[in-house]
Amino acid sequence: MGGYFGSYALVVVLFAIGAVVVAAALFANRMLRPSRPTPEKLTSYECGVDPVGEGWAQSQVRYYVFTYLYVVFAVDAVFLFPWATVYAAPGFGMTTLVEMFLFLGFIALGILYAWRKRVLAWT
Amino acid sequence: MNAIRVLAAPEPALPNVQSFGHDPLWITIIKAVAIFVFLLLSVMYGVWMERKLISRMQHRYGPNRAGKFGLLQSIADALKMGFKEDLYPSKVDRFLYAIAPVILVVPAFMAFSVIPFGPTVSMFGEQTPLQLTDLPIAVLFVLAMASIGVYGIVLAGWSSRSPYAVLGGLRSSAQVVSYEIAMGLSFVGVFLFAGTLSTSEIVAKQASGGTWEVLGLSIPMPSWYVVMLIPSFLIYAITMLGETNRVPFDLPEGEGELVGGYQTEYSSSLKFALIQMGEYVNVFVVSAVSITLFFGGWRAPWPISLWEGANVGYWPLLWFFIKLVLVFGGFIWVRASMPRIRYDQLMAFGWKVLIPLNLAWIMLVATVRAFRIEGADRTALFTIAALVVVGCLVLFFRFDTVLQRRRETRAEELKQEFELLEEQPAAGGHPVPPLDLPHYHGADRKEISSGIH
Repeated sequence: MGGYFGSYALVVVLFAIGAVVVAAALFANRMLRPSRPTPEKLTSYECGVDPVGEGWAQSQVRYYVFTYLYVVFAVDAVFLFPWATVYAAPGFGMTTLVEMFLFLGFIALGILYAWRKRVLAWT
Repeated sequence: MNAIRVLAAPEPALPNVQSFGHDPLWITIIKAVAIFVFLLLSVMYGVWMERKLISRMQHRYGPNRAGKFGLLQSIADALKMGFKEDLYPSKVDRFLYAIAPVILVVPAFMAFSVIPFGPTVSMFGEQTPLQLTDLPIAVLFVLAMASIGVYGIVLAGWSSRSPYAVLGGLRSSAQVVSYEIAMGLSFVGVFLFAGTLSTSEIVAKQASGGTWEVLGLSIPMPSWYVVMLIPSFLIYAITMLGETNRVPFDLPEGEGELVGGYQTEYSSSLKFALIQMGEYVNVFVVSAVSITLFFGGWRAPWPISLWEGANVGYWPLLWFFIKLVLVFGGFIWVRASMPRIRYDQLMAFGWKVLIPLNLAWIMLVATVRAFRIEGADRTALFTIAALVVVGCLVLFFRFDTVLQRRRETRAEELKQEFELLEEQPAAGGHPVPPLDLPHYHGADRKEISSGIH
């Protein structure tokens, strides 16, 4: 396991071990536990009274505009990571700094615009 | 600048990204299994420590029946959950309901693969770093694993088909949407100083902060990023509470409002145990990341680090463990002292305070760091720094005045409303009793008993 992808292979190994351990625990649990279901046991829990309706409650997702913003800003934040690692290296000087400031300025402007448009409040 | 002098070259055994991926397979398996065992034991005794500590903070004893000091309580609970009947409520989506706890717990374990526990040591004759693996993008990997875990929570809530569970899952995604960005941005300050995303190299960069020569004494300067990047750390500390659904951000499982939140339908079975384990491992992951990025990783704190052997061999495991216990203790302390905050306030706080503050702080740090680049244009830098500071101040004062004006208007409105209600108690639309209704006559009057008791 050498080379660039060697370290990633280790992550996959850990994923495999994790999945196997959890699956084995669930399987052992299935073999060992008792199972005597009754219709009363299988009702969904609504504080003791009989459940009302189909089970899925309709609810208004009040923050769905936030989620659009989230996608945009999460990507923007990730753009900062490579910049932060190289900008002090030789060959990247003031230009890198100024470019990133323009970029950050645009991000900040985006937040301010959303704020001004009252997107950052519950509808 | 002459007073600050960088210490001698770091010890030869410091691992970096290139030191990984060369281990024989059996060493890798030993390390992976060790991480698993460590995390399982940490979860068991983390639960015990949390219950015990929070009990003492509330003047209770906490678990004290199973074993000395209740030390076996978590083992008893785990055994009980392993052998208990597991119900699939009739309405649930069976596949997602079964797979959701797995999605929650496995990525949490995986995030630990890039956490450095110690320097290069000799393990059964092989030289190997005390860290399973390291990636050039290790911190990004931890962030990714943290967001995948949220799918587990959302799917657990959605597949349970219970109103409480659905609401819990929705709240959990709201929290991620609001805190993930602030968390990522608070790492940028660290990357600016360290110049790398690899966890082992970030720890190596915190090895020495140089010394400060004053009056013939050489005082070691703080090398941990928590000192220089305290705003980044504070924001990270808030977002790590939010990411792991801990008090004061435990809305997804707010028991007063949502019964058990997204885990309502997981009736104390092994699946419930897996969910709990996932949550605790997530807490340990964010704690370990805070230690790695801000508290010098496995390196010994100052008075101990004067000892030559402090950062060599297996000793760093002990420092890392002590730091982990302290950070986890901080989580418990916060839980004991804070009330739960409201859901829309949480989102507003994340977007309106944490993200803008973080952006301004990154600009400031970048400018200050740029002064140390050789041959940089000092005048231009000063101009930029001044622009950043002035811009932030202008924005802050602008918002401050707007907020102040809004607050004054609101107070004025409230005052008028109270005056109106005092004159006509029913004016608000509700038949309310007058505010000065006489019913309590003070302690010095004789109390009239009801005659029942």
